[in-house]
Amino acid sequence: MTTAATAAAAVRARAVRGRLWAAAAVTAVFILLFLVLNIQGDWKFALSRRLTVMGAVLLTALATGGATVIFQTLTHNRILTPGIIGLDSLYVLMQTAVVFVLGAASAAWTDALLHFVLSAGLLTLFAGSLYQGLFRTDKYNVYFILLIGLIAGTLFQSLASFLQMIIDPNEFLITQSRTFASFNNVRLHVLALAAGAVGLVALYVRPCLKYLDVLALGREHAVNLGVDYPRIVRRLWTAVILLTAVATALVGPITFLGLLTVNIAHQFLGDYRHSTLLAGTVLAGVGMLSGGLLLVERVLAFSLPVSVIVNLAGGAYFLYLVLKESQK
Amino acid sequence: MIQAIHVSKRYGPTTAVDDVTVTIKKNRITSLIGPNGAGKSTLLALMSRLAPMDQGDVLVEGRSVRSWDSMELARKVAILKQTNHLSLRLTVRDLVGFGRFPYSQGRLTKADMEHVDQAIEYMNLGDLQHKFLDELSGGERQRAFIAMVVAQDTEYVLLDEPLNNLDMKHSVQIMKVLRRLVDELGKTVVLVLHDINFASSYSDDIVAMKHGRVVAHGSVEEIIRQDVLHDVYDMQFDIHEFDRCKVCLYFLPELTVAR
Repeated sequence: MTTAATAAAAVRARAVRGRLWAAAAVTAVFILLFLVLNIQGDWKFALSRRLTVMGAVLLTALATGGATVIFQTLTHNRILTPGIIGLDSLYVLMQTAVVFVLGAASAAWTDALLHFVLSAGLLTLFAGSLYQGLFRTDKYNVYFILLIGLIAGTLFQSLASFLQMIIDPNEFLITQSRTFASFNNVRLHVLALAAGAVGLVALYVRPCLKYLDVLALGREHAVNLGVDYPRIVRRLWTAVILLTAVATALVGPITFLGLLTVNIAHQFLGDYRHSTLLAGTVLAGVGMLSGGLLLVERVLAFSLPVSVIVNLAGGAYFLYLVLKESQK
Repeated sequence: MIQAIHVSKRYGPTTAVDDVTVTIKKNRITSLIGPNGAGKSTLLALMSRLAPMDQGDVLVEGRSVRSWDSMELARKVAILKQTNHLSLRLTVRDLVGFGRFPYSQGRLTKADMEHVDQAIEYMNLGDLQHKFLDELSGGERQRAFIAMVVAQDTEYVLLDEPLNNLDMKHSVQIMKVLRRLVDELGKTVVLVLHDINFASSYSDDIVAMKHGRVVAHGSVEEIIRQDVLHDVYDMQFDIHEFDRCKVCLYFLPELTVAR
């Protein structure tokens, strides 16, 4: 029985690995095409620009994908993303408020590094204080916290719209450049800082990743199987908050990216294990973003931001997921 | 030995477990019985550190559950709750493999595989091991979850209403397996039961609870008695003995009283 069972398990594992490699190959092709297609003029300069953009793509896919996988496992829900608590609208509000109050010439707007640190800090502060509520009581009511976040998000959005109404039309156009996610605005030194931050978070959360499979079974099974639940879960939540904040501050809001990539990985791999799920999600994110950038920059020639495409595809997919769930 | 010492647990204004002191003896089946809301499941959750207690302490082999390392305790005590809905799509074998997590943290070794095989065989799941859990009937799924706990290979096995939603055949099957765990493998089983006759036929000891307190604790002989059960459940029981096995009749209380 052992040999038959192990053989079946081995076949399954091989199939999953094969699919991961296939996804990696497709993603690599996208990346290469993005880097070398249509290079005109000074290829050294162009390539270094494109490498920075690709760095931002990799980092965003890693941070957003990792955060969403962990978030969905902790909430046992496949149609939620960490951004549900209004991080995206807070980011938009922050951009609008900075331009409105300090003006587009202020350092908080023009200095890329200061802008990144301020944005990431504020987002972390907000998300952190919201999720702190999770641990204050032993009831651990995730959905209550998410609902508060959702309402806060709507408030931020209304405030941002209000400011955009009364702001100077020229300044409004300036804020628009940052309220849509963009990979082309990312500066190298900001990217380096963000990469460092993501790297530190990855080191911090790595020892907890092996618990994700068991955590997906639910709190009671996880405790039964020896997971030091409060400690591990707190650590994972911290990682979710930091990764989401860094990704949003780096490129701007892409609400549906995480949702889209995790579910593509789920469907494509059909494997519950988080080791493969994480890899698949990050690959899907890189493939999605680099494919989207290829389409936008090489085919549509910059006529719309890549986040619009990702959100369009993601929104449609989200509707499909909700409809599928409701039919069960 | 698992000892609860003056443990209390409140949920808001209601006291689920009220100053309970009880000792679970080794190598026995102990059943927790009592009416709905008596605090049986809560007591089981406190004993297995699933829920933190408000007062008192639980000692596993003389050491407080709060001072045990969680992985170490997971190799000593296993707990299975009554609702087992999963958001993952797993095969029976995947699920049973999870029982080895306290030993190998997700990377199953050869020895782990052998434990998984044994547990599957023990629960008679050989033919079903590659099926997905959502393809199984309620009884089969329950057996799969118990197989996971068997693979966990702990000295203490705590089960919250393992017979819930099972028909008579499967209930008997599961109680027989639990009996074998105790008699053949020397384990200690504590379970919450609603069917008083299963408690009477398969347990060694019975703990009877009411309003959050332990009202009676002893061997089957001492607990399955008209006066004791009347106190616990506030209803009439007619107790008959067949081949040294005590059976309670309570389905038609008016007949029981008339006799």
